Amino acid sequence: MSAPIIKVDAISKSFGAFKVLDGLSMQVMPREKLALIGPSGSGKTTILRILMTLERIDGGHIQIEGEHLYHMERNGQLLPADERHLARMRQKIGMVFQLFNLFPHKSVIDNVTLAPMLTKGTPRAAAEKRAMELLDMVGMADKARAMPAQLSGGQKQRVAIARALALQPKIMLFDEVTSALDPELVEEVLNVLWRLCAETDMTMLLVTHEMGFAHDFADRVLFFDRGKIVEEGKPDEIFRHPKQERTQGFLKKIIAAGHRV
Amino acid sequence: MTQWSGYLGLILQGALVTIELTLMGSVLALIMAFLAGMGRLSRFFVLRALATAYIEFFRGTSIFVQLFFAYFVLPLIGLELTPLQAGVLALGLNVGAYAAEVVRGAVQSIGREQHEACIALNLGRWQGLRHVILPQAFLVMLPTFGNNAIELLKATSVVSLISLADLTFQAQVVRAQTGNTMVPFATILVIYFILALLISWGVRSLERRMARGLDGVRV
Repeated sequence: MSAPIIKVDAISKSFGAFKVLDGLSMQVMPREKLALIGPSGSGKTTILRILMTLERIDGGHIQIEGEHLYHMERNGQLLPADERHLARMRQKIGMVFQLFNLFPHKSVIDNVTLAPMLTKGTPRAAAEKRAMELLDMVGMADKARAMPAQLSGGQKQRVAIARALALQPKIMLFDEVTSALDPELVEEVLNVLWRLCAETDMTMLLVTHEMGFAHDFADRVLFFDRGKIVEEGKPDEIFRHPKQERTQGFLKKIIAAGHRV
Repeated sequence: MTQWSGYLGLILQGALVTIELTLMGSVLALIMAFLAGMGRLSRFFVLRALATAYIEFFRGTSIFVQLFFAYFVLPLIGLELTPLQAGVLALGLNVGAYAAEVVRGAVQSIGREQHEACIALNLGRWQGLRHVILPQAFLVMLPTFGNNAIELLKATSVVSLISLADLTFQAQVVRAQTGNTMVPFATILVIYFILALLISWGVRSLERRMARGLDGVRV
């Protein structure tokens, strides 16, 4: 049994008086595919945002590959992380957003090459070669010179995935990556995720409302409610035989809304 | 008739001075706008305070007094400026204060999701600003910058009061020598208007070039 790649230990996070995460702990093993499900406001997106350092934690500890994310060890003491430490830790993590967050003033390929060239000093030629490989993998090579505004939502999201992959993160966070898409465009993005699963050994955390996909894709499903993990287990256990009343209630509502499980 | 062509030469010389002042003043204004505008957004209190003080002071006092101060008061503390230097300084600092607020507003108008993409891609603060935020914000600034440049052009006429031979100054010379008021002032009115139009067109074509591709239609 190897060591967990992500170790979250009793973290809490509030927005004003609203406690989003309440003493949350979880562990993720290398290469594991995790689906985070739950009602909105349950804290599942917040945990991804915290792992990407987009939100700070109020308390607790997070370790990535055994190294503290929000703290640094100096002379045996744990100090709050500075920007340099955060930048080093971020190299391990990539994120894809619900609304793609592409840079609208840059072409598809420039979106993908920008970060490697700036943060890793990759020469343009090498960065573009790698970008073309990635765009090919997400089926967007023929749109390399297009501007984001010329793309459909599904195409934008596939570019956003290629952009995140260009930095070769060990952990990828997917925050409701199909929620903003028209139904007929969802599949092309999910197919890319399947491909990543088959061709890379990244650890993947997926916040999603696509229950059918979560069932087929994930090694483990975590059900979030009110800032806590209420239930977790293999997809079959969670979707077919949920033990907790709140999980049962949530799944019932989701099925009533027409989602396939 | 020969007489008028000589006077026209004078006025065109004045136009050159006005253009020179406008260009140099705009460059200084642009520099001040970015320094103070970004200063307003700084994490550091001292920078924010300095930027705010500059903006409030130069917006809150008259360009006329600022120019006189630069030309007549600064020499008293040992800083002797030529009329052109005093003019560029006063115009640049004055318009720069207005434009600084344009910079700040434009940078703040860029959505949070762009900043978050920068963090997720591990860009440093400056890298994100330089490659992601400012290029998008600049497009937002441009139309108002055009306004500011035209304001600056029109404000150049105050330098005639410190005997710098700009358009307005030359018009007064012509008026004094010919006794005709109508012709010189009508002429410079048209010249100011043409210069302002040129600025408008320049800014608009720059805007069109920079916006290319952003709306998904023009490439």
